Amino acid sequence: MSTYAQKKGFGATLWDYLTTVDHKKIAILYLIAGGFFFVVGGLEAVFIRIQLAVPNNDFVSAGLFNEIITMHGTTMIFLAAMPLVFAFMNAVMPLQIGARDVAFPFVNALGFWLFFFGGVFLNLSWFFDGAPDAGWTSYASLAMASKGHGVDFYVLGLQISGIGTLIGGINFLVTIINMRAPGMTYMRMPLFTWSTFVTSALILFAFPPLTVGLVLMMFDRMFGSNFFETTMGGNTVIWEHLFWIFGHPEVYILVLPAFGIFSEIFAMFSRKRLFGYSSMVFATVLIGFLGFMVWAHHMFTTGLGPVANAIFAVATMAIGVPTGIKIFNWLLTMWGGSVKFTTPMHYAVAFIPSFVAGGVTGVMLASAAADYQYHDTYFVVAHFHYVIVGGVVFAVLAGTHLYWPKMFGTMLNDTLGKITFWLFFIGFHMTFFIQHFLGLWGMPRRVFTYLPGQGFETSNLISSLGAVFMSLGVLVLLYNIIATSVKNERVGNDPWGDGRTLEWAIPSPPPFYNFKQLPLVRGLDAYWLEKMEGKKGMTPAEPLGDIHMPNASFLPFVMAFGLFVAAFGALFNMDDKAWSVPVIIIGLLITFGAMFLRSVKDDHGFHIHKEELMEDDNEKGVKA
Amino acid sequence: MHADEKLTYETWPAEPEKSTLEAKNKFLGFWFFLGGETVLFASLFATYLALKDKVPDSSHHLAKDIFELPLTFVATMLLLTSSLTSVYAMYHMKNFNAKKMNLWLILTLILGAAFLVLEIYEFNHYVHEYHHTFTSSAFGSAFYTLVGFHGGHVAFGLLWITTLIVRNAKRGLDLYNAPKFYVASLYWHFIDVVWVFIFTVVYLMGMVG
Amino acid sequence: MKRLAKWRLISIFAILSLILSGCGEPFLSTLRPAGEVADIQYDLMKLSTLIMVGVILVVMVIFFIVLIKFRRKDEKIPKQVEGSHKLEIIWTTIPILLLLLLAVPTVSATFKLADVSPMDKKDSDALVINVRSNLYWWEFEYPGQEIVTSQDLVVPTDEKVYFNLISSDVKHSFWVPAVGGKLDTNTENVNKFWLEFDSAKAKEAGDLFYGKCAELCGPSHALMDFKVKTMNRDDFDNWVADMKDVKEPAKADTALAQEGQEIFNKSCISCHAVTPTNATPPEARLAPNLSNFGERSRIAGVLDHNEEELKNWIRTPEKYKPGNLMTDKYPQLSEDQLDALTEYLMGLKVQE
Repeated sequence: MSTYAQKKGFGATLWDYLTTVDHKKIAILYLIAGGFFFVVGGLEAVFIRIQLAVPNNDFVSAGLFNEIITMHGTTMIFLAAMPLVFAFMNAVMPLQIGARDVAFPFVNALGFWLFFFGGVFLNLSWFFDGAPDAGWTSYASLAMASKGHGVDFYVLGLQISGIGTLIGGINFLVTIINMRAPGMTYMRMPLFTWSTFVTSALILFAFPPLTVGLVLMMFDRMFGSNFFETTMGGNTVIWEHLFWIFGHPEVYILVLPAFGIFSEIFAMFSRKRLFGYSSMVFATVLIGFLGFMVWAHHMFTTGLGPVANAIFAVATMAIGVPTGIKIFNWLLTMWGGSVKFTTPMHYAVAFIPSFVAGGVTGVMLASAAADYQYHDTYFVVAHFHYVIVGGVVFAVLAGTHLYWPKMFGTMLNDTLGKITFWLFFIGFHMTFFIQHFLGLWGMPRRVFTYLPGQGFETSNLISSLGAVFMSLGVLVLLYNIIATSVKNERVGNDPWGDGRTLEWAIPSPPPFYNFKQLPLVRGLDAYWLEKMEGKKGMTPAEPLGDIHMPNASFLPFVMAFGLFVAAFGALFNMDDKAWSVPVIIIGLLITFGAMFLRSVKDDHGFHIHKEELMEDDNEKGVKA
Repeated sequence: MHADEKLTYETWPAEPEKSTLEAKNKFLGFWFFLGGETVLFASLFATYLALKDKVPDSSHHLAKDIFELPLTFVATMLLLTSSLTSVYAMYHMKNFNAKKMNLWLILTLILGAAFLVLEIYEFNHYVHEYHHTFTSSAFGSAFYTLVGFHGGHVAFGLLWITTLIVRNAKRGLDLYNAPKFYVASLYWHFIDVVWVFIFTVVYLMGMVG
Repeated sequence: MKRLAKWRLISIFAILSLILSGCGEPFLSTLRPAGEVADIQYDLMKLSTLIMVGVILVVMVIFFIVLIKFRRKDEKIPKQVEGSHKLEIIWTTIPILLLLLLAVPTVSATFKLADVSPMDKKDSDALVINVRSNLYWWEFEYPGQEIVTSQDLVVPTDEKVYFNLISSDVKHSFWVPAVGGKLDTNTENVNKFWLEFDSAKAKEAGDLFYGKCAELCGPSHALMDFKVKTMNRDDFDNWVADMKDVKEPAKADTALAQEGQEIFNKSCISCHAVTPTNATPPEARLAPNLSNFGERSRIAGVLDHNEEELKNWIRTPEKYKPGNLMTDKYPQLSEDQLDALTEYLMGLKVQE
């Protein structure tokens, strides 16, 4: 079994990743793909800030600007934040519950490839006749009026990657319910696992409305239906509802895992168990639940009437309560602790004031009557960047530093990490704080330029300068990743020294079967409990035996690729191209053919035998 | 128990759909999938209700002019019966009787196919009799999308169950394919339940006006 | 003493203006409310900010104590605390109370701002304006007065003005930041709300408020501005009377303008009306009504109102408002023709 550790050629490694069903490798795929799209979305953000740095700028044209903002939003939400969050869920959650893999390894791989091909499809729009330009919300009247194929790329690309996300969510739900190690009761699960659980439930119930919305828009644009055609009896407000019934939970889909990561970090680097664990779990579930009750606060100015607006205003304010509970619990976790300021802890600490700022503006926005003034202005832009950057992106950066050793077996440089942090932190507040005021002073959002003499000049310039700092921060991070990968200093099980949960009890990176013997969990922070009793590792819950593992498969890649091909056909079907229908058919044949192959072929996986596991042990013993 | 174990009537477990970890995962995962599907259909229902009878001008027919009870009642009966036959199939699956299970499943398929034929006839009727088409009005788009989505689910179910029967014709029942049969029948029940809602919301409420 | 008082006054003004400059421009900023709606909204903003600053202060105090006091100094393992029910109850109930404090005025204001009952009353003398948004211009119809204008909304001060909002193409949003806002102009239904324009505050803003489109509507969304001219009720009535007097297109008074009018009648009039009382149905009004073009504050909503900019606009509208619907709808004009057309258009005035 020592062959696993041997160096492989590039081709073999590539094939390994194309066919892998191992959650740890899929996590790395998510991290790389998400990281790539994060840089793409970041570049788009930089273009936005260059264009808006001075009034009447002509760095980009009006139409191109709309494409850039649409792609910035869509990319960051669907192709950067979600997959990066998924990367950590995949990398860490199965380890935290003491599982050998997720419930459906094949589906896990399929989910990734669907996301990946959806994302690639969406971004290919740049090379055809223009990217989508109706905003990431793609409101129906504008989207229907949009010329070219941009919006079609949006509809089909999101549809494909959305399916990937949905099956990923189901996978995590089943994994957490069915595959916890002995003794890992629900109320002993680490908070990151809890947030993965609630997030997955949100995905399950939030994505179908988006799917339906996208289907309706696809039918309208490509097949002549009339859902949003007002002259034919259609109604564009339906799109707004469907989009936000998905869109609001989506915010929590992103931010709950962020809360999870920070909960782990606060506990670890304060060397204290999470304060008020059960109320944290309760708050997470409550936020997830309330997340479905508030979508119409994005539509206060749509004209739903005062009754609906008042109800949704009060429901939205209610979310402030569980969020507040969380903030105070984090603070009290540090209180009385032994706080070590590592790079992840920097992000966690900075997250509190940043997220509180985003949270309080959220409550301000919830006040419907006042929201009529904030809605669709830079105030909203500032608010959601405080929540998403101050919450999600900080968490992703913190998680990258925190889990890098667990995923790759080597640490990122802490000093460079702190430089990244300070550049990013300063740049972030510089960019977005002033935008609150721009909004209040009357600057609408999504404007490609502004006229001089309205009092917007200085503030926009400051905001653009902030973007420079953020960009520098990301560059330092990239340098850090390359430099430490080249150096490649190997680390042990618990490189931070403060690990509390199961993932820190096994090697970094873990063997492909994760746990040789499933661990016995005796309480919250299972590994910490053992450490405090002077033990080196976990007590096994089972005798050493054969381990059943799934086979690698190329089919997930093929299935996703088939849809990717079919989407091209569907897209150009509008132009009456003769080749479009055959392309649709070929694409669907590829996908359904692969599905058919999957169902008729027996795939029982394979067993790692006891002897091989023991041999593995001995070899290590010799080396040591 | 392992999925590839060869079993006999005596050793066949009481709940073959949940007797291995893979089976348990499949069972639970499929329930979650149906949860997502429920939201999907709920969204389609909401869209339909918002666009019901929304037509560009008075030359278009409305729900109360179009729908006919006898036709949809027969369709409903066909699908309800097919749900029942799939229950019998699962009964025989649990008794390790592959032959009888297949028999009942084939009956289910026939009923499902008959339902689809009726639906196609029905759509055809609306198009030619009332010029009520997918593109004629928002009402038309919403109607064909909701009912058509359900019809698509029925068609997929037919293909799925057929594949299962063909694939396992020679193999007989084991713990690897028993859960597959089971979730397929769950799926079949689900589309039956959705149809009950369509029958109520679209047809019965549509005829009232 | 008098001198000192004067200086004190000046310094107060200086400080005041410094604070106000942080509040944006009087004709544009939501922080310089100029009417009842904006006032209500501004009060809610202040209340919510006050509550939230309180929350932030509490968090920050704990935050900094933690940062200073609990740094790791040794390898001692701190006591593992499970939690505290007392604290949990405190930080659950206090936020609920704070939110109630905000929720009550929010709900009452939401209903108040949506109260348009006088619109539906028979024989009510409330002023109603139908706003119709288009790519990328605004039309304002006064159904009670039977006149139509565009781009510059004219309203009387110190009374409630009621609006019917609808869009003729894609969704836009009607927003006059300093006076209150905002409400979307949907494609399928009419939205209704009201605004009130305060005369004193309007004076500060030079009787001209900036209005904006606040919903992404295409390339020139950023340039879909309009202006609101405020005047007292008497002046408004005069303006209405003047508008109503223009029963047929005004005759040009100079030879050059006459030439311009001919060009206009040949190339422009199929889209642009020049009578405010026109009876064309809304769907057929394809472009801004130009009856009082000479009295507008801007050209195309964004350019300075002078002849040079007008010529620029007519030469290449695409350059100034990308994606507009005027480009290529009329033949290329020579410079002489442009001069004539400009002369004519600038002479289109209803008030003497």
